[in-house]
Amino acid sequence: MHVDALIAPLLNGSAQGALLLLAALGLSLTFGQMGVINMAHGEFLMLGAFAAYLVQQVITASDLSIPVALPVAFVVAGLFGLLLEVTIIQWMYRRPLDTLLVTVGVSLILQQAALQIFPSQGVPVEKPGWLDGQLTVLGYDWPLRQLFTILLATVCVAALSAWLKHTSFGRRIRATVHNRDLAETSGISTRTVDRLTFFTGSGLAGVAGVAASLIGGTNSQMGAQYIIPAFLVVAAGGIGQLKGTIIAAWAVGVALSYFAYWTTGSLAQVLAFILVIVFLQLRPQGLFTVRTRSLA
Amino acid sequence: MTKKPWISLGGIGVFAVLLLAVAPLVLSDHWLNNLGKYCCWAIAAVGIGLAWGRGGMLVMGQGVFFALGAYSMAMHLTLESAGDRVPGFMVLYDPLAPLPAFWEPFRGAGFTLLAIVLLPVVVAGILGYALFKRRVKGAYFAILTQALAVALATLISSTIRETGGDTGLSDFKYFFGFVLNDPANKIMVFLIAAGLLVVCLLVVWQLYRSRFGELLVATRDAEERVRFLGYDPANVKLVAFVVSALMASIGGAMFVPIVGIITPAEIGAAASILMIAGVAFGGRASLFGPALGAMAVGWGQSSLGSTWPDGWTYILGLLFIVVILFLPNGLSSLPARFAAARRRPEQKAAPSAATPELEEVRS
Amino acid sequence: MTDASLVVTDLRVEFSGFVAVGGVSFDAHPGEVRFLIGPNGAGKTTCIDAITGLTKGTGSARLGEKELLGRQVHKIVRLGVGRTFQTASVFDELTVLQNLDIAAGRHRPAISLLRARRGVDPAIERALEETGLAGELTTPAGILSHGQKQWLEIAMLLVQDAKVLLLDEPVAGMSQDERTATGELLQRIAAKRIVLVVEHDMDFMRRYATRVTVLHQGRVLSQGTVAEVQADPRVQEVYLGTADAMTEG
Repeated sequence: MHVDALIAPLLNGSAQGALLLLAALGLSLTFGQMGVINMAHGEFLMLGAFAAYLVQQVITASDLSIPVALPVAFVVAGLFGLLLEVTIIQWMYRRPLDTLLVTVGVSLILQQAALQIFPSQGVPVEKPGWLDGQLTVLGYDWPLRQLFTILLATVCVAALSAWLKHTSFGRRIRATVHNRDLAETSGISTRTVDRLTFFTGSGLAGVAGVAASLIGGTNSQMGAQYIIPAFLVVAAGGIGQLKGTIIAAWAVGVALSYFAYWTTGSLAQVLAFILVIVFLQLRPQGLFTVRTRSLA
Repeated sequence: MTKKPWISLGGIGVFAVLLLAVAPLVLSDHWLNNLGKYCCWAIAAVGIGLAWGRGGMLVMGQGVFFALGAYSMAMHLTLESAGDRVPGFMVLYDPLAPLPAFWEPFRGAGFTLLAIVLLPVVVAGILGYALFKRRVKGAYFAILTQALAVALATLISSTIRETGGDTGLSDFKYFFGFVLNDPANKIMVFLIAAGLLVVCLLVVWQLYRSRFGELLVATRDAEERVRFLGYDPANVKLVAFVVSALMASIGGAMFVPIVGIITPAEIGAAASILMIAGVAFGGRASLFGPALGAMAVGWGQSSLGSTWPDGWTYILGLLFIVVILFLPNGLSSLPARFAAARRRPEQKAAPSAATPELEEVRS
Repeated sequence: MTDASLVVTDLRVEFSGFVAVGGVSFDAHPGEVRFLIGPNGAGKTTCIDAITGLTKGTGSARLGEKELLGRQVHKIVRLGVGRTFQTASVFDELTVLQNLDIAAGRHRPAISLLRARRGVDPAIERALEETGLAGELTTPAGILSHGQKQWLEIAMLLVQDAKVLLLDEPVAGMSQDERTATGELLQRIAAKRIVLVVEHDMDFMRRYATRVTVLHQGRVLSQGTVAEVQADPRVQEVYLGTADAMTEG
């Protein structure tokens, strides 16, 4: 066996894992806080990718447009998330499972809107020239844009954890995730925290969308393909566990990559699913609901 | 809760007469065939109502069980139509392709019928046992089931030589010896599907009025409490999940001779969500809501979905948002709501039977 | 006599390093209303949680010959150990009868679950009489008063034929009349069963306790009759402020 037969899936998988991590970061933030999956999270990712495309229509130099697109995508997706929270989700905090279905409706509408606004075959997002090259790792030519995804994910994780740790808003978010009732009685406005969390989580999906647009196609269906794997990453990592999410994303990315290398892309998905089920059998921690006295 | 079970039973009777006696007389062949298709979705929906409405398990991957029934049936009908030869699509790529081993037993009608019943029971049994015993619930359960539907649809899409891939299986000529083109036989197939729907309604009618039905609602609302009464809630949920899977499989099996084609698109994530839509619309926890809701959504899907696909998607999206947000118990809760609204002026804290109590235990 | 007793020996419960219960031993017998008291955080509820399998504990908790620790929750219940919770946990959407019927159901063969209920079980009728809920048969449990919900929970334990009733603050939030009714109910049902009550309410404890175990910081501080416990200087020390409450009410 060639050495790059082993190294290529590892490097590709790491990049895939980084993309999954970007998609899962925001999901784990909002899921951790409300215990509900925002099924439109994938479509927020799609919004980020389309935002990158639109930025390129204004700033045609792709070298510059992608760095500009990142914050734009963050804000655009974040504002959509905020809108969703204010108009729908805030009324449903006591019905988390129903929220999941409502956001399914939102995701259907966003997908259809994107399909009608943009060409149905999707739009091209130009890769900046400085991402064109390759890095040769042990004889394998590793595309620089994969490395870029990993760097972007690293920066996002670092920024997010610093923000959660060192700012007062971040501390309030962590307090709310840990114990919503207690946070409320300690004078934290959980309403504000919820909105900010939703903005940030959705914004991160937007950033993930920019990265995704550089690797795959930008079309109305792109979000749908990320939501399930991103959730599996969050589930395997454990709620509110940044460290767990990182490890799980990387593991799932690499596993998918090796499975796809040995079998086919679709069989890889099936295998990855079985892997997660088996994993949940072995380590259901994080799936257990926290026990309280009331059993409520 | 069904307060007056005998009235509901009468309702099933009326429904049965309409479906089995009136519909074949008044509807054209085309619309009868469509109604048959809606019946298949309704059969699956009745099962979803049981698992989700009464059991609190949001089954977002019923397409998997629908597929088990549908592909079992489709494989049998394909083989029946091909006779001794290998099905046409398989020799398209390789004239000498042998029949895959897992197809062989589906030549037998008995095996096929057995597979339609046993496959979903076994798969849902194993999956449910693994998940419920580990207390996987809520959003986790929902997404894992949906992931399974995505995985299966992807697998079928990619195995074009074995399963027909995205083109699916179609061109069935015979249905257990009956020529499918014959209008009389088409009515027979419709009657079987409609009859099975009535049977499924009768099954859940009995389940809902039984002690099991009460236990299932209790498990939905307070799983831990049920444990402290000496029951294992995992077993209670497992039974409901397996029955719902079986119903989805039966719906899928009848879908094949009626529609004449089965593809991964009919069983994947989007199709699974469409099944949920009907149940939510009609009223997840009621007896008739899921079936009628599924028929309504099925009608929308096959009429609006083909004439005005863009608009239909928006309608479907809005349906989810509006129904879940404002009418969590679907259209079937409207009468109770109106009644409660009329009572309210006189009696302020009127206990509403229609309060949505499907909150997942979070604390 | 002794083979039907609940004997807890050296029970320990730790939560990631924090010792919530650090070696508690006590026993409870049929015919007495046993109280478990102590300040907040003394580990009272945790003891019950460990006995019923909700949290993991080490040591031993035996009902007669059978060890309870290490079994699954529903299996412990099937051995005859029932409990209530601080917040009344009944099935709000179901009627009083349906609630009780489910509680009574564990003795029935599984297949009978598929049939509808016909009439009212005699055991359920007895429990309704006992708890004064006979008039509420078809009331949805969700609209019962707080006190009635607690009684319904006790009635559920009666119909499930629990040998041990572990009651977690059964009179919290009850009116004085309801407390009296509850106390008398407990004394009646304790005749043939083991009744263990976790309580904060000292007045209630003094009126209805046969014997008392005082917990403090996860350990047994004192055990005995109400008078013995009240006279214990260590108890008075712990309850410095509340010691007055114990004697004066």
